[in-house]
Amino acid sequence: MSLLEIDDLTKHFFRLSALSQVSLRVERGDLLGVIGPNGSGKTTLFNCVTGVLRPSGGQVRFKGEDITGLSADRVHRRGIARTFQLIQLFPEMTVLENMLLAAQEREGTLLGRLLRREGGAAAGRALELLDYLGIAGLRDQLAANLSYGQQKLLDFGMALMSRPEVILLDEPLAGVNPTMIKSLVGHIQALNAQGHTFVIIEHNMEVVMSLCRRIVVLSQGERIAEGTPVEVADDPLVLDAYFGR
Amino acid sequence: MTGARRSARRLLPLGVLSLLALVPLTFEQYKLYVASLTLVYLVMAIGLNLTLGYAGQISLAHGAFMAFGSYAVAILGQRGAPFELGVGLGAALGFAWGLLVGFPALKVKHHFLAMVTLGFNIIVFLVLRNWEWLTGGSFGISGIARPAWGAISFQSDRAYYLYMLAWAAIVVASAYWILTSRWGRAFRAIRENEMRAEALGVSLRNYKLMAFAIGAAYAGVGGALFAPLLGYIDPGAYTLDRSIQFLMMVVMGGLGRFEGPFIGAILVTVLPEVLRASEGLYLVIYALAVMLMMLFMPRGLVGVWDWVLARLGPAPAARAPLAPPPDAARLG
Amino acid sequence: MTDLFQLLVAGISIGSIYAMTAIGFVLLWQTSNTINFAQGEFVVLPAFAMVLFWMVFRLPFAAALLATVLLSTFLLGFLVRRFLVARLLQTGVLPLVIATIGLSLFIRYSLQQFWTPLALPFPPLFSRVPMRLGTLLLSWEELMNVLFAGAAIGALHLFISRTKLGWAMQAVAQNRTLATVLGIDVGRLVTITFVLNAALTAMAAILIAPVYLVKYDIGIGLGLKAFYAAIIGGFNQIRGALLGGLLVGIVETLAAAYVSGQFRDAAALVILIAVLLWKPEGLWGVKEEWAS
Repeated sequence: MSLLEIDDLTKHFFRLSALSQVSLRVERGDLLGVIGPNGSGKTTLFNCVTGVLRPSGGQVRFKGEDITGLSADRVHRRGIARTFQLIQLFPEMTVLENMLLAAQEREGTLLGRLLRREGGAAAGRALELLDYLGIAGLRDQLAANLSYGQQKLLDFGMALMSRPEVILLDEPLAGVNPTMIKSLVGHIQALNAQGHTFVIIEHNMEVVMSLCRRIVVLSQGERIAEGTPVEVADDPLVLDAYFGR
Repeated sequence: MTGARRSARRLLPLGVLSLLALVPLTFEQYKLYVASLTLVYLVMAIGLNLTLGYAGQISLAHGAFMAFGSYAVAILGQRGAPFELGVGLGAALGFAWGLLVGFPALKVKHHFLAMVTLGFNIIVFLVLRNWEWLTGGSFGISGIARPAWGAISFQSDRAYYLYMLAWAAIVVASAYWILTSRWGRAFRAIRENEMRAEALGVSLRNYKLMAFAIGAAYAGVGGALFAPLLGYIDPGAYTLDRSIQFLMMVVMGGLGRFEGPFIGAILVTVLPEVLRASEGLYLVIYALAVMLMMLFMPRGLVGVWDWVLARLGPAPAARAPLAPPPDAARLG
Repeated sequence: MTDLFQLLVAGISIGSIYAMTAIGFVLLWQTSNTINFAQGEFVVLPAFAMVLFWMVFRLPFAAALLATVLLSTFLLGFLVRRFLVARLLQTGVLPLVIATIGLSLFIRYSLQQFWTPLALPFPPLFSRVPMRLGTLLLSWEELMNVLFAGAAIGALHLFISRTKLGWAMQAVAQNRTLATVLGIDVGRLVTITFVLNAALTAMAAILIAPVYLVKYDIGIGLGLKAFYAAIIGGFNQIRGALLGGLLVGIVETLAAAYVSGQFRDAAALVILIAVLLWKPEGLWGVKEEWAS
């Protein structure tokens, strides 16, 4: 049994099919890349898995349990975290509060969150992570006041905060300067080495090829190839999808 | 500097409350009545600020939720029940109806809630007017008793004022607790970015319902305190106009800020006194002020307070979170 | 049977006026995400203007009508858009909602303070002598109301479905971002929508004035009914608002006749709640989904 199993996942918008019968497996400890030209359905795949969109067909199983069509909050509470292509933060909350929010719903009961004060453990973990990402000094700044790169780091930190079992990163490197790319890639690799599971949508081919051990290629909503970076790079279907005929 | 600023910020509501507690006791009857009304409005505004300011759920039914409290106190009082039971029932009715009204409204998109609650307010008004054996119809209920604990009676205006003050303190303290708990954080997260909040495990349904129902429960308490103020209630006090007035009050004070309701409640009771010379023009001026406020000061009058604070201490202008950040030394 | 038929005609007559108001309301929502809480007052102000031009200044009817529509489109269309909405569109939906509540109070109580708190009489525009069709008695007023409202809504429909501007409006309603990318001047369209809405409400005002009389606070009820009609019919559909308006008119007329006059205003609410529970997107609405 794989950690995350996606079978024949399909999504139609009106008559257009954004995703048709995509299947893939994510194993524990994976560092899986999802690539494909613009509009190939990568983000739709993430949205259907995480409950932002309701799939039109197919199945998503997480640790053997069917989670197809669950709402986004339930999916997250089961242990799937994600980032968004366009950074989504809580701009009028501080960096620390953003981090704390990201973890507070995973454990405990609804009533407990009202009646009991939050322990120091959550804040400790948040500060540890912020420190690791190099933005601990900004903890009391409003998220809106952060630079783009800092926001990207915070976004990443928030995905890690709840100790998820799989993390879906939607273009984590888009618009980020080379130094920051280097440090983000380093973080992902190090965390992966510690056993964190990642699925990454990324346009930066160079990075994807060096970072990921396995790559899935989508084109026009279909999975057209899967394999190691070398296998995928040599696949005529992939070249065709990217460079057209 | 930030620490001093933060504690100043947290002490403000306390300071205002204790001032309120002392000063009006020296007032003559009419002014004491106005101060008592301010307390009712404060309780109402705190509830609505939680619903609208923190969780972003617009409610135009606060007048109706207030009616639950007033009628609970009046009807139970007629049957000899203690006053506190009426307050409790008012809060419970507000909470329960908040859940009931909130539930279908959550299924529709954002500001449709405004219309659902608006409709609800009108229905409640119609029911109050027509359910005569219970509510007294258009004539309402008179002779509403003030609370008494055995030999201690809160019959006099000053005593009842103190009694209300105790309830207001409970409301302020509980609201502070809720807003600084993880619920408060979830409410703000929903207001700021619903999609991301949901993707981080925040159950939109649960939290929105709770924000709505708790706000309604506070309105029930406010209504209960209001009823014996004049000793007489009728449906005309719980119309849609009243709900709109509460909405304006919260907005004028400052949405999503703990100080907001204090400023709003004082403003709404004091402004008519100041503008009394203009008589009927009051509403015109008020409406104009609301529009100008939205255009030029959408964060409310609390912005003026921030400005004053910023002059007093040269702290960074970042709006501080409600909860003090946990002690960094505990890291480990 | 004949009773029922006459009541239906009366209901459709008042319903068609509600529909005009509701359609304007929905148009504003579609192009600018404005929930106009002042929609009722947008009808009341032109009604007072008509009293001014026609009965006080004694202009000929057609001239008074033209002046009313012009004044309404200028004040409630252009000025409101320019000075209130333009700025508030950037700060989000809530401040705008509250500003329109402020606007409604402002118009309502200015009319009360600066003109009159009393109801002004307004002469019937059409003969009230009933027309006899067999055993049926029909009033000219009701028939003409339906006719005029139908013509106005029909013209609007043609504008939206047959002209380039109308297509652009549809595009903005469907997808704002995409419309901007396609080079549509959204700001100008919003202005046009406000002007169109003001024209619609001005016409509704002239039709409703003889029925309700002209009083500063009739906008409260009218605005509510436009809301109800829009929600019942479906907020993202013009035909939804049309059908919703007619339904509200018919149901409240029937309720007043068969149940009790007191129930008149509650009838629409009952449908509203039923719709919200059972089909929250509205009877003819379309479910919306987040596009990715």
